[in-house]
Amino acid sequence: MTTADVVGPGAAPPPVEEELATGLAGVWQRAWLNLRTGNLGPLPIIVGEVVVVILFGFTATNFFTAVNFVNLITQTAGTAMLAFGVVFVLLLGEIDLSIGYVAGIGALIVAELQLPGSGHQVPGILAMVIAVAACAGIGLLQGSIIAFVGVPSFVVTLGGFLIWQGLILNVLEQRGTIIIQDRWINYTDSYLFSHAAGYLIAAIFTSLYPLSILYKTLVARGTTIAQQNWAAVGAKAAGIAVAAFGTVAICNHGRVISQLQGLPLAGVIVVLFFVLLTFLAKWTTFGRHVYAVGGNAEAARRAGISVPRIRVLVFMISGATAGIGGIIFAAQVNSVALTFPPGNLLLNAIASAVIGGVSLFGGRGEVRGALLGALLIGTLQNGLNTLSISNGWIYIVTGGVLLFAVTLDTFVVRLQKRSGR
Amino acid sequence: MANDTPLLELRDISKSFGSVQALVDVDFEVRPGEVMALVGDNGAGKSTLIKCIAGTHMADGGRILFEGHDVSIHGPKDAARLGIEVVYQDLALCDNLDVVQNMFLGREVNKLQVLNEAAMEEKTSSTLSTLAVTTIRSVRQTVATLSGGQRQSVAVARAVMWNSKVVILDEPTAALGVAQTEQVLALVRRLGEQGLGVVIISHNLHDVFETADRITVLRLGRNVGVYERRTTSQQAVVEAITAGRPIKVSGIPAEAPV
Ligand SMILES: Nc1ncnc2c1ncn2[C@@H]1O[C@H](COP(=O)(O)OP(=O)(O)OP(=O)(O)O)[C@@H](O)[C@H]1O
Ligand SMILES: [Mg+2]
Repeated sequence: MTTADVVGPGAAPPPVEEELATGLAGVWQRAWLNLRTGNLGPLPIIVGEVVVVILFGFTATNFFTAVNFVNLITQTAGTAMLAFGVVFVLLLGEIDLSIGYVAGIGALIVAELQLPGSGHQVPGILAMVIAVAACAGIGLLQGSIIAFVGVPSFVVTLGGFLIWQGLILNVLEQRGTIIIQDRWINYTDSYLFSHAAGYLIAAIFTSLYPLSILYKTLVARGTTIAQQNWAAVGAKAAGIAVAAFGTVAICNHGRVISQLQGLPLAGVIVVLFFVLLTFLAKWTTFGRHVYAVGGNAEAARRAGISVPRIRVLVFMISGATAGIGGIIFAAQVNSVALTFPPGNLLLNAIASAVIGGVSLFGGRGEVRGALLGALLIGTLQNGLNTLSISNGWIYIVTGGVLLFAVTLDTFVVRLQKRSGR
Repeated sequence: MANDTPLLELRDISKSFGSVQALVDVDFEVRPGEVMALVGDNGAGKSTLIKCIAGTHMADGGRILFEGHDVSIHGPKDAARLGIEVVYQDLALCDNLDVVQNMFLGREVNKLQVLNEAAMEEKTSSTLSTLAVTTIRSVRQTVATLSGGQRQSVAVARAVMWNSKVVILDEPTAALGVAQTEQVLALVRRLGEQGLGVVIISHNLHDVFETADRITVLRLGRNVGVYERRTTSQQAVVEAITAGRPIKVSGIPAEAPV
């Protein structure tokens, strides 16, 4: 029993706050503070992307063309879709190894359902809806085993990896390649918007961020909450506008044998889900609970959050996004064959999220990380391809970048700990 | 000064785990505006007693009265509905979330599931300032960046934000340094001054004598004394903890037994 006779000193003086100025000076001050404390956000990956683009721009003759740019978008789209799901799973501190073959199941279902003369042919759009729902159902199944039975996600989804792969093998070994003829399904990869429509989409996308800020400001009206830093908001809005309109402008510039190119639907699908899933993660109670469960599941449980429900829903999201990605990949080659899923799809998707700054330990990361990571990996692989570098080297470089990104992130976390943030 | 009608009153509470009698006919009470300390050696039954109040355990026998009325508490939700909040020793905060997000965890202000961040931030700031928690620079910094005392303050503030009437703290200063302990104890005293009933469990009698108005001592699952802090010495409490005799179980004496 302690009977300490030390008299506590009065309340400790509050630590001196570095008051941040408002306006432009505040932006620089905050940027410097963030830099010093290692709170870099998406900066390293954007810098990396720019470096890679410049590097390939000088070395690969066919890289810096508008046509290749459109290709890059469609090639990256599928991986980015899977990576979105990976973000949610990683936010929980879980893993989903099955997504590569769940994507395959999605592709197989659309291919089978659109098959003319098969007796069960349905319109392409309906086929896609059914396929994505089925993939979400796979997520529901796997997620339930994880959440209610308590089997680790690594094991459950490893089982899924083998089972769904086996199912695809069984069907396709018997049937051979299934050709996809349905226009709507193939559009998910190959449809190009008219130039005007492309700019309209860019305008809509650009307006979302200012609108969200406007909404926040209106909600905070009459409260004592600190105002937005308008200089920072302006800079970010301008950056988004440049990226959106720049993308469309380059796409519109492309020309394949006198046929004008345009913004590909695949890219628009990805951006649409980026917006939807960012909203889900950051603006809704569900998203908040995902972060909470990933940060401290016991705390979330005590706070009255149904942890199993969150887990199941997240694996359903992961299944659904894999299904959508699978359809885009199938549309790319207008078929489903035994070679599906292409390349290292699962690992590329996980690497995208991780390179994009999503922590493997749960609770930390953003949806945009998946997009930025997929873009970086896609650019690297596309650039190395146009340089006709062997697949072996492409894997080695991708692995190197992944290792570098995670090392940087680990380093940053340690830096943050040391600076007490 | 403390009102005399108990806010929360336990009568003849018993609880056993198999052959282990964790609580035997325990009486306990806390009045509005009062800080009641609950002390006793390891295994005396302190945590078990508050778990019966919090709804984590069901008592085998006895009555629980809240504001003079018999109540039955079957789960944490029942306790929360009555206005009883517990701050557990392991704080149950999410390190990756900021102060506002932690304060509203599981009870977010939302409209059609869309979060109202402004309302939550405003309420957090005002709650922290009514509790005079001034050392937290920004309610938008993550809890991972807070010191132990600041984290404890957030956990306590979260407990009082929901118009709670009784706040129970299980060893709130066990992991804290001198200055941080002082911060949290000051906060506990302010809760009492604001009219809440506060129960604080601690092994540190110095802390207990700094904050509590009264002290209940448990020994081997029995209530062995309720002491007015003003008229008691630490020595007397230590004796009760180590060698106290069970007191009359049917009522709580106002004065310390000798
Ligand atoms: N879930 C349980 N199952 C079986 N026995 C239990 C359980 N919880 C508590 N006990 C027993 O009840 C008695 C009281 O335990 P309790 O945790 O309430 O003590 P305490 O006063 O909080 O001690 P400490 O100061 O060490 O926290 C102990 O003998 C303990 O072994
Ligand atoms: Mg205990």
